[in-house]
Formats: sequence, structure tokens, C-alpha cells
Amino acid sequence: MALDSKIPQGPIKDKWTDYKNQIDLVNPANKRNIDVIVVGTGLAGGSAAATLAELGYNVKAFCFQDSPRRAHSIAAQGGINAAKNYQGDGDSTYRLFYDTVKGGDYRSREANVYRLAEVSANIIDQCVAQGVPFAREYGGLLDNRSFGGVLVSRTFYAAGQTGQQLLLGAYSAMNRQIGRGKIKMYNRHEMLDVVKVDGKARGIITRNLITGEIERHSAHAVVLGTGGYGNVFFLSTNAMGSNVTAAWKAHKRGAYFANPCYTQIHPTCIPVSGDHQSKLTLMSESLRNDGRIWVPKHMKDVEAIRNKTLQPKDIKEEDRDYYLERRYPAFGNLVPRDVASRAAKERCDAGFGVNATGEAVFLDFASAITRYGKEQATVRHLDVNDAALVKKLGQEVVKNKYGNLFQMYEKIVDQDPYNTPMMIYPAVHYTMGGIWVDYNLMTTVPGLYCIGEANFSDHGANRLGASALMQGLADGYFVLPYTIGDYLSDDIRTGPISTDSKEFDEAEKSVRELIDKLINNNGQHSVDYFHKKLGKIMWNKVGMSRNVTGLTEAIAEIKALREQFWKEVKVPGTNEEFNEELAKATRVADYLELGELFAKDALHREESCGGHFREDAVELDGEQKGEAKRDDENFAYVAAWEYKGEPSDAVLHKEQLEFKDIELKQRSYK
Amino acid sequence: MNMNLTLKIWRQKNASDKGQMVDYKVSDISPDMSFLEMLDVLNEQLVNNNESPVAFDHDCREGICGMCSLYINGEAHGPDRGVTTCQLHMRMFKDGDTITIEPFRATAFPVIKDLIVDRSSFDRIQHAGGFISVNTSGNTIDANAIPVNKHDADDAFSAATCIGCGACVASCKNSSAMLFVGAKVSQFALLPQGKVEATDRVLNMVKQMDEEGFGNCTNTGACEVECPKGISLENIARMNREYLAASLKG
Repeated sequence: MALDSKIPQGPIKDKWTDYKNQIDLVNPANKRNIDVIVVGTGLAGGSAAATLAELGYNVKAFCFQDSPRRAHSIAAQGGINAAKNYQGDGDSTYRLFYDTVKGGDYRSREANVYRLAEVSANIIDQCVAQGVPFAREYGGLLDNRSFGGVLVSRTFYAAGQTGQQLLLGAYSAMNRQIGRGKIKMYNRHEMLDVVKVDGKARGIITRNLITGEIERHSAHAVVLGTGGYGNVFFLSTNAMGSNVTAAWKAHKRGAYFANPCYTQIHPTCIPVSGDHQSKLTLMSESLRNDGRIWVPKHMKDVEAIRNKTLQPKDIKEEDRDYYLERRYPAFGNLVPRDVASRAAKERCDAGFGVNATGEAVFLDFASAITRYGKEQATVRHLDVNDAALVKKLGQEVVKNKYGNLFQMYEKIVDQDPYNTPMMIYPAVHYTMGGIWVDYNLMTTVPGLYCIGEANFSDHGANRLGASALMQGLADGYFVLPYTIGDYLSDDIRTGPISTDSKEFDEAEKSVRELIDKLINNNGQHSVDYFHKKLGKIMWNKVGMSRNVTGLTEAIAEIKALREQFWKEVKVPGTNEEFNEELAKATRVADYLELGELFAKDALHREESCGGHFREDAVELDGEQKGEAKRDDENFAYVAAWEYKGEPSDAVLHKEQLEFKDIELKQRSYK
Repeated sequence: MNMNLTLKIWRQKNASDKGQMVDYKVSDISPDMSFLEMLDVLNEQLVNNNESPVAFDHDCREGICGMCSLYINGEAHGPDRGVTTCQLHMRMFKDGDTITIEPFRATAFPVIKDLIVDRSSFDRIQHAGGFISVNTSGNTIDANAIPVNKHDADDAFSAATCIGCGACVASCKNSSAMLFVGAKVSQFALLPQGKVEATDRVLNMVKQMDEEGFGNCTNTGACEVECPKGISLENIARMNREYLAASLKG
């Protein structure tokens, strides 16, 4: 099947408006006869469910947690971008569009990104109307901060808990519709298959995680807002339950999976402390507004710090290597995430890592504390030369801005980041790849939509900070509710979809077989045993830097591990009870397939772009020596994989990317 | 130094099972582990011995989703302050300790299995009024059209940081949900956008709270002490004022 992205004609700034004016609508009386399933209740799924219900559709929403409020969007810390230009610093829709395309290393679809930038301002208006308590200045107006990869302040925030506040906003909009009976909410349900009738997505099969009951749910369209697949690495900043299963089942039913190898390794996470570790914790990118990243210049100081004979704060300024400021003077500590992560790896690989494992760099707030302290002392007419006072005042300001993050750090690491620099290291955080969708956010399966992190469309090969929240809410509040109407307008006479059909029978049977197989396998290893092994292969060979040998080995190793899993995995208990080992087993089984496709995609893309860094695609000389080298001639396309059984059999389809409004050029942050 | 511990854990097969405390041993526990990572070690051990692992709720493991619970040595989220169970680290315990682990107990939070409870009563209170009635349109007024006093905005934010974990209910001798409900009522009452529906909101949410079987508030303040997010008792006072004013309006 040829990929049709369905990008509307016309100038980029008019596409969305003109398109909305032309698409078919469903009249309010008919909406009452149409059912929509939304899987996932994060920013994308939650906002979509609420908006579709407001419009009048009957919505069934599903989440695996005990409440829709717990989806992992809640953990997003730093902020949400919007082209409001409240700071008067030259921001505009075009600039947000440009920054996002450039930040994504020219591997995203222009029309989608422009639309995202266009609706971004509406998101802030909508959230404020809902009562989302964004940070404000003393004059009562909204405050902004800056994020990596841009030169303006366009990020709206609520301390270090922006995702929480936005998700609770979407949750409150859902609650209003649940109370009115327009959303029927299914908590603690896991989607285990998509059901297609006459080629269209018409329902899903779920497992009730409390009772084990396998249920059939039908609808006229199915929307997946099920998040990313970073947990394929076992250790990531994702929640423990975050999984690829819904997206992978959709892939197996015909939805192409795009750019699986585009993964964001976030530069500022708390380093791994030992083998017991179950997950990693992010320290928001917003900290790079005020924190300076460095390692010692001299190896003797590195060793002294590791031996704890020297305190980092005792190393003189001239003996510190602020390597981001050195390498990228224009953007300094605020280079995009992929660039910052690789630079940290480069220093640690060279032996300058500052903790016992050699995999950590410093994120230092001392100069910010002094700067803010002096500012406060001046404002309050106090002595700016009183170092202790300045420090105290500065710490108060920093606490106000990042208090919850500093507390998290202190609890995990048992060190006080107000007085000694944080130690950080890159960790898997977000996946730009995902289910392929057209301009309508519809997958290659008619009637099956995919929104938020689960789709591939807006971030190219690298996502800029504070853009995930923007995309999730843009898709759910302002894009999908329009585009889905165009499809559903053909269904006004269809009537309810029966679950009593051979298609539902077949899908339910395949789910039951999968579960029976896992429960009766009686192997000798736990699910985590396999998940950890998969994670190690992914991190070592398909992680921050990739090469042909490693990727080829990873493909073979993952395949072998998958075969071992099906022979040797042990799932205790039965299906008919709360059984977390069973739930984990179904998820890891899918990761073991996705992981191989991921490595295959990384092997086929013989260029470096964004989060995908190939050691054989590097600038060899000139000002950009050592930086990633893109190959626009051969790889300016979306790689969309079609399922054909084994991951090794997946068939590649290419969506050629056209850049009409932005000139393709090397990304420079120097 | 790594630790050997005795765990006394509430085991209950399902909602209708009577349930009992069962003793387990874990060894070689690193002080850098989180409490839930320690339970992961136990569960790995149980699975390998063909025993049923202990069921507990958890998800983000960074203290923000509100999914984890646990009543540890008689305290919701354990002995540390200002943290959820997933952020509690084993360095708070010492070698040889016996640790008692129970579910959050309240009539309105029935046990589902082992340490997992059903907190959907919290959701139903929110359905009754935990929102501002504004449809998604893209045509609401500009976000900066109504300035909000910074102190009010900050207080609204502090109230809104509630993670809905239920520690307040588990810590209260009356199993009252006043801190949880007070936080939501306060968030909206403090903002101009929320004032329009303030009367109905507080009346409806309190009515639902009572119907769910939560107890009354007797101003003990245990909820505030045990709240992992430091939600202030002022929110309860504000809700009482709002409720009184709304009742007088009728």
C-alpha cells in the first residue's frame, strides 16, 4: 500500500484553516448515535476523550491505572511551549514551527508541525479557562521560561509539575463528561487487540486487570493515545506500566510503525546506582536554564572526586570544563537534548565521569544561586557583599523555581543539591517514533487513529523540551476532534457495531490463546529476567551511539532472547485474578518483537539524525567536526514498517519528506 | 551496609477473602534501594519459589502519579516526610528491622488484593464537581486577559499539587477525605475562573464525599502530617467557609 499523508494543498499557513472549512461534519443529533473508543488517558487520550464527549459522541475510555489521572503525562516536569509571544522576544507561529522542525533534525512532516505551532496558543487559553494554575508574575500575568534548542522564552510552566497540572486539567474535563454519562470510563483495563470489521477498526479486546475477564468493546472508531515505548530499554524515565502493547497490537493488525529507532535519551537524569534499579528519574531540562554542566579538566581531580578526597565545590573555576559552553557558545547549556546527551557521553567515555561508575557529570547551581541572591539583596536594599546572605537569598529563589526537583534528587541520591552540584547522566526518556499517521492522525487502518507520543508525526528525530505536552494536547483538544468527524460522517447510518461477529470471535480467541500460553508455560525465569536482558542489549548496542556491528548483533540477540522467553518464562497464578506478572509478560512479549524492529530500523538508517547517532556518519572536518552527519539525499524520508510476521520480515515503506517552507541545512548550535 | 529484614505483610486473595499478616525475610537489601525496589526483590524471590507475589499498586515511581500507597509501620507512605512510598528509601531502615506493611484502610477504600485498594470513590467525588464547565473551543479568552494575584495563583497551585493517593484518608482516625476534597475546592475557589460555579461545586462534592462513606473531620491534623505533598489544613478551613456560604445561599 502506498503511503498517502493527505497533506492539504495550499500555502502552509492556510492549510489547516482551509482544511477545517472543507471537511465533512457530523450533525449534533447524529453524534449521539456514534461511539468512539479512546485508549489511554494521558494528555492526548484524556483531552481527546473529553472533547469528543463535549461534541456529543459516546466515548468509552480505557486506562490500565486505577484512575485516568495517573497516566504518565503526570510526570512531565518542565513546561509546555506556545507561540504566545507574551515576552515580546520575537516569537511567532513560524518561529515555533521552525525551531521544532530544526530541533527534530529535519525529519518531521512540515504541515503537521505548522499546525501544531498554530494551535499552541489555543492550548494555553483553554487550560487557563479550565483552572490550570500556571506560574504567574507579580503583575498577575503568566510567566515563561526557556528551554533547549530555542532563543526565546515560550515555555509556560507550573513549578516542576507542569504535566501534572495539565493532566489534572484534562482529567477534570473528562470528569465533567463522566458525570454527565457521555464518557464511560474503564479503569484497570488493558487493551490486548484491535478488532477490524470489513477492513475498518471497529473495536478492541481488553483484559480487566482485577478479574482477568476478557471483554469485547465495539465502536465506530478507535483512538490510541497510549504513549511511548521507552521501557523497551527496561530502565527509562517512563512509568513502570508504560508499554507498547496497544500500539504493537495495532501494528500487527495493519498499522505501519514509523521510525522506531528515533528515541530521546534525555541528558539530565539521576545516574544508575545499582542492579536493583527499577527505573530512572528525570531532572527537568528547565534546570539547564540555571544549572551549568561541567566535569573537571584534569584527571587527577576526577580521581580525587571519585575517592571522595575532594569536594566538587573546591575545584577552581579555571580547572573546570564547562564543555557545553565551550563547544556550543551560542546555545551553551541550552543545546537540544540529543546534543547535550552525546556531549556528556563523550566526556564520560574519555574518562571524566565524576561518580564511581564513571557515568555522571555535574549540573551546578552555585553561580545561579549567587546571581539570584545578589538580585534579591539589591531589591531588598541589603548588603550584596554579604556572601552568606546572598547564598541564602539565592537558595530561596532556586527553591521557589525547582523545589520539588531538588527534593526528589535529595531523596534519591542522599545529597543536598543546594550545596553540592547534582550528578546527572543521560537516560531513555521519550520515543519520537511510533505509529504512522496521516494529516488526519489516522493510521494505515481506516478508523484507527493514533495521537500523542504514540504516533510519530511532529518531532522528527529529536523532540525539543516542553513540546510533548504541547503535542499531546494539540492532538487531543484541537486536531483529532475535527479530523475524526470527517471519517465518522460516513457512519451516521451504520448503527451500533455488534460484538457478536466472527471478527470479534477471532480476536478474542487469539488473546485467550496468548494468555493461556503464558500461564501454562511453566518456565524457570521471571518476566523481569527477560526484560532486564532485553534492556541491556538495547542500551549497549541500540542506545546513544550505534554502529553496524552492534546493531547486527543486537538483532540476533533479541531474536534469540525472544525464543528463550517463549520457552522459559514463568508466569505464576491464573488469569482469573489480579496478576501483575501476567500483565508484565504480555507487555514484554511485545517489547521483544519491537526491540528487533527498532534495531533493524537503526541499521537501515545509514545517517545520523537527532537521537539516532551512527558512528559511521560523522562530520570529519571543518567547524562541525565530530558532530552528527545527516544524509538528506538518501534518508529524508519516514521509514514506515509493515508487519509481516517476524520483525525481520517487516516491509519498509517510505514517505518522502518535502521541505518547502524551511531550508534543509545542517543543524548548528555553535 | 546491606541489610537483612523481616517483613510482615498483609495478604488477602481478593475482596471477599478474610486476609492475614504473613512473615517474609529479605536479605542483602541496599540502602540505596527504594522501598518498592525492596518489594521487587521479595517478589522475584517469591516467583522463583513458585509462590504468589505480593500485589501492590505503583506506576511512575517518582512520587507524582499517586498510584502507590502502603501503610508502613503504622504510617501512610512510611516513616519519611514529604514523600510517597516509591520515594521512600531503604536508608531509612536498619539491618535486622521488622517492617509491617498493610494496605490503606478505610471503608471507602475496599481491599482488592493484598496491598491494593479501590480508590474509585475519589474519582466519583471529582465527577460530582471537580471541574470548571468550559468546553474545548479554541475561542476562550486570551490567557492573559484576566490577571490573577500571584499569591492566589500560588495557593491554588499548592492545593492542586494533591496527587490523590489517599494517605490523608488512611491516616485519619475517622477516615475523612476532607483534605483531598478541600484541596480541589480550594484550587478553584482561589481562581477567578472557578468562582462562577463555586456554590454548586462545594455542595455537590461534599454530598458525594458523604455518600461514599468517608468520615467527618475532627481537626486532628494527621492528614497534613502524612500528606506526601504537604497539602495544608487551610484547604479544609477554606472548604468549610465555602460550604457554609453556599449553604446559606441555598
